[in-house]
Amino acid sequence: MFLGPHMVIVSIEVDNDESDDEQSEDTDNDSSEVEPQNSKESVGRNGKRKRKIEQESEEKSDDSEEEEEQSRKKNVKNRNKLTNRNNSDESEKETTKSRKNKNVKSKKKDSHSDDHDDESLDKNKKGKGDKKQMDSESDKEDNKKRGKRKDKNCKKDGNKGKGNKKKFSSSSGEESEEVITEEDVAKLKDEVDEKKKLIATLRNKPSPMKHKLQLLKEAQEFVEKFEGTLGKGKGKRFYAYKVMMTKKWMKFQRDFENFKTACIPWEMKIKEIESHFGSSVASYFIFLRWMYGINMVLFGLTFGLVMIPEALMGKPYGSMPRKTVPISEQDSAMNFATLWDFGGYAQYSVLFYGYYNNQRTIGWLKFRLPLGYFLVGVGTIGYSFMVVIRTMASNANEEGGGDDTSFNFSWKMFTSWDYLIGNAETADNKFASITTSFKESILEEQENRKEGNIHLTQFLRVLANVLVLLTLAGSGYLIFFVVRRSQKFAQEGLDDYGWWERNEVNMVMSLLGMFCPMLFDIISPLENYHPRIALQWQLGRIFALFLGNLYTFIIALLDEINLKLEEEKIVKYNITIWEKNLYNGSWLENSTSRPALDIDPAIVPRGPCWETMVGQEFVRLTVSDTLTTVITILIGDFLRAVFVRFVNYCWCWDLEYGFPSYAEFDISGNVLGLIFNQGMIWMGAFYAPCLPAINVLRLLASMYLQCWAVMCTNVPHERVFKASRSNNFYMAMLLIILFLSTLPAVYTIVSIPPSFDCGPFSGKDRMFDVIQETLDNDFPAWFGKVFTAATNPGLILSFILLLALAIYYLQATSESYKAANLELKKKLQNQSDENKKRNKKNAKAAANQMEELQNSLQNANERATGRDADKKANAVNSSNHPPAQGAYPPNGRRMRLAVPPHVAVTRPPRPRGPGQLPGRLHYPGPQQSHGAHPRMPRTGAAFR
Amino acid sequence: MGGSASHLSKEQLSEYQELTFLTKQDILHAYRIFAELLSKDLVDFQNTRVSKDRICEMPELKANPFRERICLVFSTAIEKDGSMSFEDFLDMLSAFSDSATPEIKSHYAFRIFDFDDDGTLDKEDLKKLVNCLTGGTSDTQLTEAEMNQLIQNELCGSEMQDVAKHSLLQEYQLEFQKLTILEESDIDKDGTVNLSEFQHVISRSPDFVSSFKIVL
Repeated sequence: MFLGPHMVIVSIEVDNDESDDEQSEDTDNDSSEVEPQNSKESVGRNGKRKRKIEQESEEKSDDSEEEEEQSRKKNVKNRNKLTNRNNSDESEKETTKSRKNKNVKSKKKDSHSDDHDDESLDKNKKGKGDKKQMDSESDKEDNKKRGKRKDKNCKKDGNKGKGNKKKFSSSSGEESEEVITEEDVAKLKDEVDEKKKLIATLRNKPSPMKHKLQLLKEAQEFVEKFEGTLGKGKGKRFYAYKVMMTKKWMKFQRDFENFKTACIPWEMKIKEIESHFGSSVASYFIFLRWMYGINMVLFGLTFGLVMIPEALMGKPYGSMPRKTVPISEQDSAMNFATLWDFGGYAQYSVLFYGYYNNQRTIGWLKFRLPLGYFLVGVGTIGYSFMVVIRTMASNANEEGGGDDTSFNFSWKMFTSWDYLIGNAETADNKFASITTSFKESILEEQENRKEGNIHLTQFLRVLANVLVLLTLAGSGYLIFFVVRRSQKFAQEGLDDYGWWERNEVNMVMSLLGMFCPMLFDIISPLENYHPRIALQWQLGRIFALFLGNLYTFIIALLDEINLKLEEEKIVKYNITIWEKNLYNGSWLENSTSRPALDIDPAIVPRGPCWETMVGQEFVRLTVSDTLTTVITILIGDFLRAVFVRFVNYCWCWDLEYGFPSYAEFDISGNVLGLIFNQGMIWMGAFYAPCLPAINVLRLLASMYLQCWAVMCTNVPHERVFKASRSNNFYMAMLLIILFLSTLPAVYTIVSIPPSFDCGPFSGKDRMFDVIQETLDNDFPAWFGKVFTAATNPGLILSFILLLALAIYYLQATSESYKAANLELKKKLQNQSDENKKRNKKNAKAAANQMEELQNSLQNANERATGRDADKKANAVNSSNHPPAQGAYPPNGRRMRLAVPPHVAVTRPPRPRGPGQLPGRLHYPGPQQSHGAHPRMPRTGAAFR
Repeated sequence: MGGSASHLSKEQLSEYQELTFLTKQDILHAYRIFAELLSKDLVDFQNTRVSKDRICEMPELKANPFRERICLVFSTAIEKDGSMSFEDFLDMLSAFSDSATPEIKSHYAFRIFDFDDDGTLDKEDLKKLVNCLTGGTSDTQLTEAEMNQLIQNELCGSEMQDVAKHSLLQEYQLEFQKLTILEESDIDKDGTVNLSEFQHVISRSPDFVSSFKIVL
């Protein structure tokens, strides 16, 4: 009993091979050719063979289904109960020797459960079999069904009692209600669940839609049919209700999913770009969109919690000195130039820090504006940190394990094509880059050994770095110089100066940002780095340049702040004198309190309000930066493209492929620009609440403009690099910038006293005093006490110590995990090496075995040929005798040639050319016990 | 299954959503594009097929060196001419969509790379693959020697290994082994890459899923 099936499986393994072979041959040839081939084969065999071929053609249609079932197998486990019962029938089934059945079974490795699955499907089919016949593939299907039905009939004969009843019950809905027992219900339920699972996972299967559709329909029908019968009595209605609700819920989820995808902004635009330029350019736009999302949140925070309350509930414009344009500026306050400079009315509005009042609560809501202002400032930075770090972490998770370098070549081969590329030029560039990467990796060895003139290269590299440093220092100094000069201009009053003097700082910074990278580009060939490394250097240098510029700017600003603080002292003194003079006459009458402000707030002298100045600087910088971007795109990309396109008709060389050519989309430059712009937002947002709003507008504009520019003026990159690797690189830069830009902001907030007559914190010693104030006034006394106790240096120090310890601990654990990971990797590698060795050994053994067999066969052949020649002819027809195989001496040899031993060991079936066909003739069914022998190691190896 | 004259019926839409990784919008979009490709009314779009050439002319596939293979792999035409029905088309888009599982993607990638449809990637397949990747023009093509070295120069390889063994240049041997694709990914050393080996290799790749995408 045990031996029987085993033998069958082995022998059928061969069968399957052949059927597979034929299948793959079919794919090469037309299906019309199959018939003759089959018949040709079957000539040399007895009737059994013919039947098999028939079944093989069924196999074809079956094949994909079997794949389905292979994967469905996982779900089958809970059906073991059912299967067990079937097992009792197994022997009977075996004895019926319906080849087809076995064929199917051997293919599916745990055939029992699957077979049953088949049956249930089949039953289902039976009910509506007639309808199905109209299908286009109905011929094959029908064939299959018929075959299966035949099988089932056999089984039914063998089946007795309950199982039989159950089968009948499932085939016709009405009967079932009468006969089903609880056990059956449970089974049915399992089955229904199974079908549901099948429905849910059907999309994960790589089979053609038609097939999937059919499976889906069957499964759905099945579920619908039996779902209702599952519950009984009271539970039935509830069950039906539950089922309905699940359906509704599924539908809702799907609709919601659809809705969500429809809500992602610019998805189509980005996809279009993606398909033209590959994923790297698109990654910039995705980054831009991500940035836009963050800025929307920042904008919501500042706009909703700071600007709107102040505008609605705060004191109106003109009610206080800080909310009024001073009399000296009032003439020009509405001029466009002033407004463009964010002076005049723009300066004395909710857009800037200075406008806000230090009133503790405003409006009927008792909104604590100063506290809100402070918390929004802190929250902006906190939120940004959180988002950036979270994104980085998730990116790192995605990339985890990507450092495995054992498949470099295969990756290059299998995954280097970017299927999104839909543009011929991009494709050409990609071809070129792939070719170079192949060639590079081939020549890597030689490259490594190639030394060249080390000293020259080193000298050139040092020289290049010196040049870069000089450039950086020069640009730093230039900015410093310009900022100083602008301060001088500002002190003398801007009226005597023209447009250039007023915008000098911004212009110089923008121009430096434009030209220095070009300079670096010129310098970098000196170094003779690999392009990838060169790109990193380039990025690093531009980063350093921007950072240097930004910090020079900040240092200059701090200088200015100090100047303003000095000025403030003088103004404060002056104001007291002024007030004394003002109230001198009426001092005695109103001695207890300040007099009512019947004077115009515009003429009240006021301090310089350094916070507003800082805010203005940042806003100006952002705006000019935006303008530079727009102008660069318009001139550098658009005009250039227009020029190249149209002047090309009357020019002496080919402009399109020659010198000017079209611009490439500068991903790294754009990303860096975006990052630095964001840095400025983070720095300036505290002093200019309008900055996030401006940035949102800017991002929106640049999204549309750049999308347009990319699509109509740019050509794809020559150096196409993948996006996913550089993603976290950009994020890391963003994090650095975030940190660096919070530093000065925090420094000014913590250590510089706020202006005495403007802003929400006026009159306080430090800005964060607003917290203490809130604690004192709005919280119970004990809370304040606890807070003061918690903030004493001892506790904070210990807390920092604890944090440091925690960091150290986490670091250590992550190190150990890394080590463990490495260890496991090594183990895996060892194992695979061992496997390789073992496989090789097996291959050798199998080859030897083959050789021996062949020799023995040859001997047998010789003996056979020595006998009667008539036997040969007989053997052709009755090939179920081992010696019959030996009746073909030439074929025997050919077989050896056709099937190289090492191939036969582990290789899956593959088609053979027609010339090799005879070799195969020796394996078919009847001779399996012999013919299969050389292949025995194969099955062994497969299960190892 | 007969759909209405010019629209997908609701059931069909939901079935397609169930069976593919596409959203409703994607399916409708694909439907429009398919209608454009057919350039006539989709009275009977279930049974009409778009020829391979027309599919390959699509802007999304035009530049793809594997476009013919893609057509052939996803086509269910009996004549094996690579023509596609709407369902084949949806199958293709589903496999190339964002949300398709890596398993599905690698399965189809394997079939696309398997130029002779024999279920394994042998040397010829790999050669064709390299030729496709390098553009098929003579200026970007690899030379025969390079190609052999890249894939696996069996003769040279074994000789080298022998030499290496004899001269105890184990390191050199290791270096050499690293240099061939088959050495890397052909785990059972039968001279070809089969589906499971392929999937194993692909599953380690960090950016296969992101690049194996086609967006309409």
